[in-house]
Amino acid sequence: MLAVALTGLVGAAVYFFVWGKWGPPAAITPVGKEVDRQYQLTLAITGAIFILAQLGLAFAVLRYRGSGRGAHYSHGNNKLEFLWTFATTVIFLGLGLLGYKAWGAVRLTPASPGAIPIEVTTSQFVYNFRYTGPDGRFGMTDPKLISPSTGNPLGLDPNDPAGRDDIVVPTLTVPVGREIDLLIRSQDVIHSVFVRELRLQQDAVPGLTVPLHFTADKIGTYDIVCTQLCGLGHSRMHSYLNVVSESDYESFLKRQEQLLRQAGGR
Amino acid sequence: MSAEAEVSARTQAARQHAAAGAPRGFVRKYIFSTDHKVIGIQYYALALAAVLVGVVLSIFMRLHLAWPALHLPFVSGGVMTPEQYEALLTMHGTIMVFFVLTTAPQGAFGNYFLPIQIGAPDMAFPRLNMLSFWITLVSFLCMISAFFVPGGAPLSGWTAYAPLSALGQVTGPGEGLGQTIWLVSIGVFCIAMLLGALNFISTTIDMRAPGMSLFRMPLTVWAWFVTAILSLLSFAVLLAAVVMLLLDRTAGTSFFVPAATVVSEQLQRHSGGSPLLWEHLFWFFGHPEVYIAILPGMGVTSHLLSTFSRKPVFGYKAMVWAICAIGLLGFLVWGHHMFVSGMSPYSAFAFSLLTLSIGVPSAIKTFNWLGTIWGGKLQFTTAMLFALGFVSIFVTGGLSGLFLAQPAVDSMLHATYYVVAHFHLIMGVAALFGIFAATYFWFPKMFGRMMNERLGKLHFWCTFVGAYLIFFPMHFVGLAGGIRRYADFTAVDYLWRLQPLQRFITWAAFATAAAQIFFLWNFFWSLRRGEKAPRNPWRATTLEWITASPPPHDNFAGNYPRVYRGPYEFSVPGTAEDFLMQDVPTGPEKGARE
Repeated sequence: MLAVALTGLVGAAVYFFVWGKWGPPAAITPVGKEVDRQYQLTLAITGAIFILAQLGLAFAVLRYRGSGRGAHYSHGNNKLEFLWTFATTVIFLGLGLLGYKAWGAVRLTPASPGAIPIEVTTSQFVYNFRYTGPDGRFGMTDPKLISPSTGNPLGLDPNDPAGRDDIVVPTLTVPVGREIDLLIRSQDVIHSVFVRELRLQQDAVPGLTVPLHFTADKIGTYDIVCTQLCGLGHSRMHSYLNVVSESDYESFLKRQEQLLRQAGGR
Repeated sequence: MSAEAEVSARTQAARQHAAAGAPRGFVRKYIFSTDHKVIGIQYYALALAAVLVGVVLSIFMRLHLAWPALHLPFVSGGVMTPEQYEALLTMHGTIMVFFVLTTAPQGAFGNYFLPIQIGAPDMAFPRLNMLSFWITLVSFLCMISAFFVPGGAPLSGWTAYAPLSALGQVTGPGEGLGQTIWLVSIGVFCIAMLLGALNFISTTIDMRAPGMSLFRMPLTVWAWFVTAILSLLSFAVLLAAVVMLLLDRTAGTSFFVPAATVVSEQLQRHSGGSPLLWEHLFWFFGHPEVYIAILPGMGVTSHLLSTFSRKPVFGYKAMVWAICAIGLLGFLVWGHHMFVSGMSPYSAFAFSLLTLSIGVPSAIKTFNWLGTIWGGKLQFTTAMLFALGFVSIFVTGGLSGLFLAQPAVDSMLHATYYVVAHFHLIMGVAALFGIFAATYFWFPKMFGRMMNERLGKLHFWCTFVGAYLIFFPMHFVGLAGGIRRYADFTAVDYLWRLQPLQRFITWAAFATAAAQIFFLWNFFWSLRRGEKAPRNPWRATTLEWITASPPPHDNFAGNYPRVYRGPYEFSVPGTAEDFLMQDVPTGPEKGARE
């Protein structure tokens, strides 16, 4: 009966992993697609091992259920041990080495000089995204000036001219096909930034600014969710990544600058 | 006598002490007892109480996830709030990991059977052993009290990341007194574990019977021994980390909190600390901890597969080296919990390769388990079914680790339900199967009665199928981007679309939890009404089966064994019986003791 259950398990597993309808949405970056390839490779290898191991167990349980002939007295087989140790080492480490490219492309390679820097500041339980504005520089911030309730969630210093044109918005808008360099920070506890379609996730740690770069190649709106338990509002900490055309991005920036002017600057 | 001279001075003294007779009086015999067998049962009872609490918490969690607007009993306000959910989640994880998976496999079965399996009268330090249990109990009661203090239990998860856990009430409900109590409880638990580890290590090194060389020890003893070494080294670090976090909370230090931390518009006074330091310290403990939870179960599985296949363990020496390799490598992989934490991406790559390497000894163990039953004569007792189930679950849960071990793939799976599926299969199911297998196997020896086999098999089938029905779908929730530790999925559209899967998991969880009644009924009924157990009902070979069921106070009624062979001599050609006990002196032609 165990053999039947194990075979059923293998059947269900293969069905759901290969044909099942639950999976991530399509990746929208070249690196994301590389991650998907690595995932598929891992799935193929682990899938094969899974099928062989579970069916092997099922076979042994069926074939050797006790009756009649006695057990075979053996303490093992050293040759077999070396063989499967070697094979496992090669396969597992090989898998890891092959995955280096997808990791290195994002994490071990800095953003190119023309990337658009966008600061992501997390706090309980909101995202704030800051653009440099036309001067290309981020203004100074001071923790003592942080006051979301009066419209200054990042604590921008009004005395710093570089900060006067900084755009601070609650959703992330980027142009398609351009490299973006996110600078991820936190004001209070550890949060996280995760966009499924980018296949990228990064914790926002107080005291650190962690860079994360990507180039989105598909226009659309994608969810940004917090994945690091940050308090009672964790499940509601949510924003959007809007990948728009170059002209829509320019319009977005112009509109934000206009709003800043209307509000009288800082 | 020359036999006496072959044991250590400590063992001689222990034997003499035991010969003086068992303690009298209810309190000395059953409450404040230094007898490792009583202490083992006390740990088991504690773990049983803890797992019942843990399961109830998880039922409430699953109810809320499936039906977020449901009014629930015992929940103040009726509908569970997010902070209540996060508090349940924190306590569920803490209680299960510490008070079930770290106490039952090692504290209960290790305490009970390590001395007997090596032919010793008791542990090296019986009074310290008693102290370890009582300190663990104090820790548990302290932990439970966190539910009842103002603010309630903490909500930072069993991982208690700083600064969420370091700044007090300001970061959330339960983060005041609740978090402090949690930390004190864990610190106290660390002390108990350190004392226990000292005992296990000393006993294994010093108190083995004559002829019991290291490579004649059962694999269960090897597993408990290596687990104790891991405990000693990892709990020491957790204790230090917990003290540092308590100081940050109460004494004005800033180990884990940097400058310019602003919570709810209030600038915090801390400066100079690093949240990543907590993560490193915690996971340096946290990863060996999961091996502490699983290694004893691996030992039990090897032991049972051999016994119930009537065949020696395939590759005993390789199994020993695999246990040691898992133990050693277990200390070098902690960073795989931190790939996206902000730590150096170069170190992420190093941790990744080391983590993939630890898959190798795990794979060796799996191959050897298959090799053990291959060509055997299998007896499908309940204990054997759970051991076989362990192999299946360990394969499934272990393989999902291969995805998480690669940082690029982890970038899409970290903190999703994929991880929850992975660790529940390995810890919540496989380790639990190890505990069940050990229970069904050793219940006759511990209590002198047999458990009911039909109820046992029913329990196995419900739990095996149920566990897969609960945790297999979780992989898909994770792949679709279902985030863990979320109190509900109503705020994000794509998460809400996963509700059918979540509801299925909840129903499967109810059914599986309910099926545990078969185990509880069987356990308690058999204690009183089970068929009387013979000395060696399983026709097994190790030293616990040479003595009475249950064993006398000094384990061997003065007749301490001498060991002549390895622990898994089954179906030796030329013998009358299909098993040769370790203490039988003559060669195969003389056969085995009944």
